[in-house]
Formats: sequence, structure tokens, C-alpha cells
Amino acid sequence: MKLVIAIIKPFKLDEVREALTEAGVAGMTVTEVKGFGRQKGQTEIYRGAEYSTNMVPKLKIEVVCAADLAPKVVEAIQASANTGAIGDGKIFVLDVGQAVRIRTGETDETAL
Amino acid sequence: MLKFAAALGVCAVLAHPAFAAAPAAPTVNKGDTAWMMTSTVLVLMMILPGLALFYGGLTRAKNMLSTMTQIGAVACLAMLIWVMWGYTMAFGDGGNDFISGFGKAFLAGITPDSTAATFTTGVAIPEYVFICFQMTFAAITIALVLGSVVERMKFSAVMVFAAVWLTIVYFPIAHMVWASGGLFFKMGALDFAGGTVVHINAGVSALVASLILGKRIGYPTERIVPHSLTLTGVGTGLLWVGWFGFNAGSALEANGSAGLAMINTFVATASAGLFWMLAERVNGHKGSALGFCSGIIAGLVAVTPAAGNSGPFGAIVLGAVASVICFYAVSVLKPKLGYDDALDAFGIHGIGGMIGAVGTAIVYAPSLGGPGKPDFAIGGQIVTQLAAVATTIVWAAIGTVIATYAAKALTGLRVAPEVEREGLDLGEHGERAYNY
Repeated sequence: MKLVIAIIKPFKLDEVREALTEAGVAGMTVTEVKGFGRQKGQTEIYRGAEYSTNMVPKLKIEVVCAADLAPKVVEAIQASANTGAIGDGKIFVLDVGQAVRIRTGETDETAL
Repeated sequence: MLKFAAALGVCAVLAHPAFAAAPAAPTVNKGDTAWMMTSTVLVLMMILPGLALFYGGLTRAKNMLSTMTQIGAVACLAMLIWVMWGYTMAFGDGGNDFISGFGKAFLAGITPDSTAATFTTGVAIPEYVFICFQMTFAAITIALVLGSVVERMKFSAVMVFAAVWLTIVYFPIAHMVWASGGLFFKMGALDFAGGTVVHINAGVSALVASLILGKRIGYPTERIVPHSLTLTGVGTGLLWVGWFGFNAGSALEANGSAGLAMINTFVATASAGLFWMLAERVNGHKGSALGFCSGIIAGLVAVTPAAGNSGPFGAIVLGAVASVICFYAVSVLKPKLGYDDALDAFGIHGIGGMIGAVGTAIVYAPSLGGPGKPDFAIGGQIVTQLAAVATTIVWAAIGTVIATYAAKALTGLRVAPEVEREGLDLGEHGERAYNY
């Protein structure tokens, strides 16, 4: 099993969700996060006083899937979250040792 | 305001409420009375909720309730002090150049049949209505001063400061400008609805108080930004609507002069709102919502002394000029001088009030569409206005030093650093504005 973590632009969530559903993903976890990469930040100006914020709001999506599905999931996120502009985000893929569905006790891929 | 009467050639004695009942009983018109009662509650709307939301939105979320509570509480205190010794000090039964005496302390001798004169001979309004109308001016002026000292001043200090400041600064200046025996009134200074009494007075006092109090922790290096420009926008709208009571109510009658003040309050403000955004654009920024709101307030402040003393096109120019100058005051002057006028009470009310007071001498001229008499001389009037402005600045500054140190002696003035970091909502009032 693989854990796919993607940091994306918040307004891209619906498109990413659709693409993932099409790719066969059953569930996902979404968190509002802040951070920075090459985009660095934004500048806000209040009555002439400038404030640069170095953290940009993003969404973090976590999807656990069967190992052979992972390339397809990565590809779906990469295609659907892409705007071509700076700050589109990143995708990380990690190995997952175990999965358990709490309600039934099913384990690993049947638990996804 | 009362100065307007002298400009029209109306006997100054008649304009003084204390003398109102003396000549053949003046008529109380129900239309005038209804308008003045309406104006009075419009000005109340400027305080709660108008100014409370405008200022509250500009503070950080942890100080929202503190800001609103301070504004509401000092307004209440001003109302009580007004009926005890404020009204008599400003508009009492005689006195000298600086105060009116104490013959009407605790509203002695005033009944529902008592009248206060307007600007028309033989026309009066009930004295209780006049008292209430003027009461709201005292209440909003002390609330305005707090704009520079929020987020760090103790609540108890705010209350002590308000009581002393109203007594030694506001009441004497209101008397000087508006009562027929007052210093500025006799000098011939023009101030229709309180540019000097309310805005220069509040702005200068705000600056002095913030200098004594010191900067907020983290200013100007930390990120201290408005927590809700939405609420500031709502407050701006309420202030603009309420300001019609402030300005058009200052005619004291429902007549053409009130109509002139009304149209000027529309167009000067409209011009100022757009010109602030234009100034931002010219300086390479985006036209901002806060800039729009700030411009609206700057325009309202500038048109206050000129409301019934200008033609509509004079008011448009006045609004534009004041807006642009206030923009530079808050975005260039303030950072350069380094004082922490938290919500720009001085930058907008002080500076805007001064532009308005001096500008009134220009836009009053009939050649520029103003209501002045044909022989009106701009130059001489500017000198008079400058003298009134300078006296107000000195009086307000000295009075504020006394009031602030009185508050410091009795309460310690400033909250502890931990309270300031945690926010005054919890530290001073034990509650939070927002529970998510």
C-alpha cells in the first residue's frame, strides 16, 4: 500500500476529487494547511503599511491506495491540480505498513 | 454651528439657548423638532454600532470586544457627565470666553417647556432636544479619541481619562466654538458641525495620548493587521448615514441650510472615498477596501466644518484634497515619525479636521459657490480659522496631558505585557469576541 500526500491550491480541490474518484480511489483526507515553497508568500497593504506573509494557505490531501494504483493516483492529481503557475504544489508517495477499518476489523487493502 | 447664525446676521444673543426664552415666546415647530430628534438618534447610531464596528474591525480579534466596550462605556459616561456638568459648562447661563458657568448644573430649571434658539429669529426647539443633540457630540468625540490608544490601555484608565478629558478639554472647546459668548464664536471662526470641536480636538488628543501611552508591543515590526475589514465596512456605512444627523442636524432646523449640509455630506464623501483609492493607485498600490473606507471617513471629517458653509462643488474639492492629504499622513508621515496611532485617529480626524477647518474659509466664498456674503474675504477668514485651529491644538494637547497623567496616577494607565499579548478581551473583560 502507498500513502499519497499532495499539497495543492485550495480552489483545485473539486477537480482533484473528481479525478481521484475516476481513478478508483474510495476515500481521502483533506486538511487546511499553510506553508511556502518557491512561491515564498504574498504582500498585504493596510493604509500604506506593508506586511509580507511568508505562509500561503494550501490544502493537504492524503490518500492511501493499493501499491499498483499509486502511479495512477499521482498522475490524476498532477493533471487535475495543475494550473501551470507557481505554487501549484507537490506530491509525495510513502510506503504504508498496515491499514485497519475500525468498524469491522478488516485489514490492509480490504480496509481501504 | 452657532457661528452660522452670526454669518447670517442673526442676533447672536438669540442664538444662545440661555437667552432663548427671554424675548416674545419663540415658536416651536413640530417639523424642526422631529428632525432634530431624528438627527440625535442618527448621531447615536454613529457611536454604537457605527464607530464600535469601524474601530473594532481594525483591531486584532483578541481586542475586538475591548475596543467596542471602551467606545460604548465612554459614550455612556459622557451622557451622564453631560447632564450633570457638561451642558452647563458648554451652553449654560452666561460665563466667559472659556466656559458657560454652572447655573444649569444637573439641568437646573429646565422643563419640557424650555426652548433653545435656532438660527432663525423666533424659531426654537425644545431645550431637552438641544441637550440630547449636543450630548451625542460629546459622546462620540471622546469615543473617537480612543482610536489611537486601543489594544493597550486599561479599561479603568479609559474611564478616568474620559471623565477628566471631557471636563477640561471638550466642554470648554464646545463652548468656545458654539456658544455666543465663546472665544472662537466671537472671533468669527466658522465651524458648522464640529470640525474643530470634534475632529481636530479628538485627533490631537489621540496623538498626545498615544505618545504618552507608548507603542503597542510588536509595533511596527510584528504583523498587526485589521481582523475584520467586513465589520469596518459595515461601520463605515453606519457612520456615513449617521453623519447626516451630525451635519444636517447642525442647522438646528429642517430647512434649506440643512439641505445644503445634506448634499455636501453626500458629495464631499463620495469624492473623498474615490480619491483615497486613486492616491493608492498613483503610489503603485491596488485600490483597497480599507482605503475606500478611510477615504469616506476623511471626506466626512473634512466636510463637517464646511457642511452648511460651502457649495456642493466646493465640498467635492474639499473632500478630494482632504482624502489625498490624509492618505499621505497615515502612509508616509506616521511611519516616518514612528508614533503608534493605532487606528489613525490623528491621521484622519486630526489632519482631515484641519484641512476642513482651513478649507472652509475658502469654500465659504460666494465666488466659489459658497453661502458667504458678497463682501466675504477669504484671506482674513483663513487667519481666523488658523487662530481657532492653533488654539484648539494647544488646548487639547495640554488638557490631554493632564487627563492622561491623572489616569496614570489612579490606574497605572497601561495593561500588563501578558494581558496585552493575550488580548484585552480576556484580560480586561473576561470574554472573547469569537468562539470557534
